[in-house]
Amino acid sequence: MTESILDEVRTIAADTFGVDARTLSAHSSPEQVEAWDSVQHLNLVLALESKYGVQFEPEEMERMKDLGQIAALLGTKIS
Amino acid sequence: MASDLRHEIDELLASGQWQRAAGRLQVLWETEGSSTLAGYVVSSFTKFRDKVELIPHRCAILRSFTVEPIVPALKACAFTAGIDLSVHIGEFNAYAQEILDSASPLYAFDPGTVILAVQTRDIAPELWRNSSRARDVVDRVANQFAGWIQEFRARSAANLIVHALEKPATPAQGILDSQSEENQGSAIEQINRSLRQVARQHRGVYVLDYDALVARHGRERWGDERKWLTVRLPVAAAHLPAMAREWMRFLAPITGKVAKAVAIDLDNTLWGGIIGEDGMAGIRIGAEHPGAAHQALQQALLDLSQRGILLAVCSKNNPPDAMEALAEHPGMLLRPEHFAALRINWNDKAQNLREIAHELNIGLDAVAFLDDNPVERQQVREQAPEVMVLELPADPMEYARAVRDCPAFERLALSEEDRQRNLYYAAERQRVTLEQSTASREDFYRSLEQEAEIAPVNTLTLARVAQLTQKTNQFNLTTRRYTEQQIAEMARCRDWCVLSIKVRDRYADNGLVGVAIVHHEGESSEIDTFLLSCRVIGRTVETALVAHLAGEARRRGSRRLEGWFRPTKKNAPARNFYADHGFRLQTETEEGQLWELDLTNAELRSPEWVRLVTATAEPA
Repeated sequence: MTESILDEVRTIAADTFGVDARTLSAHSSPEQVEAWDSVQHLNLVLALESKYGVQFEPEEMERMKDLGQIAALLGTKIS
Repeated sequence: MASDLRHEIDELLASGQWQRAAGRLQVLWETEGSSTLAGYVVSSFTKFRDKVELIPHRCAILRSFTVEPIVPALKACAFTAGIDLSVHIGEFNAYAQEILDSASPLYAFDPGTVILAVQTRDIAPELWRNSSRARDVVDRVANQFAGWIQEFRARSAANLIVHALEKPATPAQGILDSQSEENQGSAIEQINRSLRQVARQHRGVYVLDYDALVARHGRERWGDERKWLTVRLPVAAAHLPAMAREWMRFLAPITGKVAKAVAIDLDNTLWGGIIGEDGMAGIRIGAEHPGAAHQALQQALLDLSQRGILLAVCSKNNPPDAMEALAEHPGMLLRPEHFAALRINWNDKAQNLREIAHELNIGLDAVAFLDDNPVERQQVREQAPEVMVLELPADPMEYARAVRDCPAFERLALSEEDRQRNLYYAAERQRVTLEQSTASREDFYRSLEQEAEIAPVNTLTLARVAQLTQKTNQFNLTTRRYTEQQIAEMARCRDWCVLSIKVRDRYADNGLVGVAIVHHEGESSEIDTFLLSCRVIGRTVETALVAHLAGEARRRGSRRLEGWFRPTKKNAPARNFYADHGFRLQTETEEGQLWELDLTNAELRSPEWVRLVTATAEPA
């Protein structure tokens, strides 16, 4: 389950940042991915909210340090 | 559906089939457009933006709130409509300084369009919270808007789209608010009314009814309070594409990405059921369900024809069956006379659409196509990729809304010619009949009893003149696009001459159908622009107009009349114009050909069968 959520998050992140999904992993973070700035972070959150019909709290947005954490957090909201 | 389509698009991209990929991306975006998908659509288009034909446009957004997350959806809307949009975003809440400072990044960006995205809680916070001292606030904000627009216009000729103010979901005074004649909502509406008045006084300034947009999607749901309070984004994730699409309704006509005609399928589109099988009594069309959805579509199409958009039928049917329903069925709002062209046969639709474009004298890319059948739509996308194929929803109840939402049908201004257009085409059908029955072409020209009125542009004709430079593609020698602002500036210069031509004949008053712009310098006069609407091409009015230019140039002491022919994909009908009128080719460059007429000996005569009326009204 978590694996497939991570895959979907990777695809959405790749689309949002305009990069190849194969370059992203659970450990990809704003420090490593050049395109992942604060605007793209917001865009990623909005893309996920729109896709899964969920809402992230401001505190949660700050806790999203890499794609793995985002997938895990998303998992708790849609399970 | 989405993942299948994505897979197909990825394969088309991998094999370099750009045009088809663009078509499939459009289907994907129109059916499932969301914030999630915007990034994919944009990054896909970015891969082949140089390889398909896209119109570049520069759009600056001045804002009092976070707009960054709307930009991917805006670019996706633009790409799928054939526009490659460059976007510049102003600093947060710095819109006033940027407008007032001629050296600001806004003007350095050289935008074609500027969006002023402000909202009530930022520029009229008192009215967002309550209505005390409303009058002072109304005056202050209305004056601010007027000032910004005026200052902007003094520095830029770009189009300006201004967000009007929206009302809060719940008034500060609760139900008390509705008990007073002047309340919170009416104060906001007063500002908007004043904004509309100011916008009307300037050229190229348009008002976006943000309140109506919010109301359409539901005031309670439009925004997401969390995102507003944390990142100053007032629009919820689900509605970001709706904001982008609203901007597109302006950008489509601004960039000329508009449909001049819409070709409509009959069975299960214009009416429910199949006329050839269900018969007159069986098809569903009327004021009651289940015919009501189709009647609502007909009403939407009727509204388009009031906007000057031509209607045509493109249907696989037996002509007698279909014509009987069109002419006789009591539930129909549209009748045969509403259609400028009819193609009811068993040929493939791409071919029929080409014929319709030819008959109406418009480009294939100015034809929109409405068909319930996804297979027909796909076939047209494949075989006539220029056509704007509307991705109709599966449910007929949604058809009318899909037509009303389509940006390609939007118009920024409406001229008398637009409103009358369907009548012109009816008259044109009669003219064609006459041409076929007239022995010689000269007899035909004489029988038209044409009268041409050539006059300097003035305040009444300025909008139409600019509109013609914007959208005339076929008989246009230089295809230079001008805004009303630019035309007005040229008209004020002594060495520039901007002329319009109106043409009447025995069948109709065709209205203002041509523009010529000439720049006089020393002993030569250069034709900067020479264009005629396709409605009057081939009736020698063009000869009358160029003869007039030659006469005027000679009167001003010019020895030469020069003009460029700048070839485009569309203006082949104008290619031989200079050669046919005795001009000599001077040079040929990448830009085109420079032609020259020696005014010292050549004489250009206006055809005797065009009666000339010249007016010398004061220029604007």
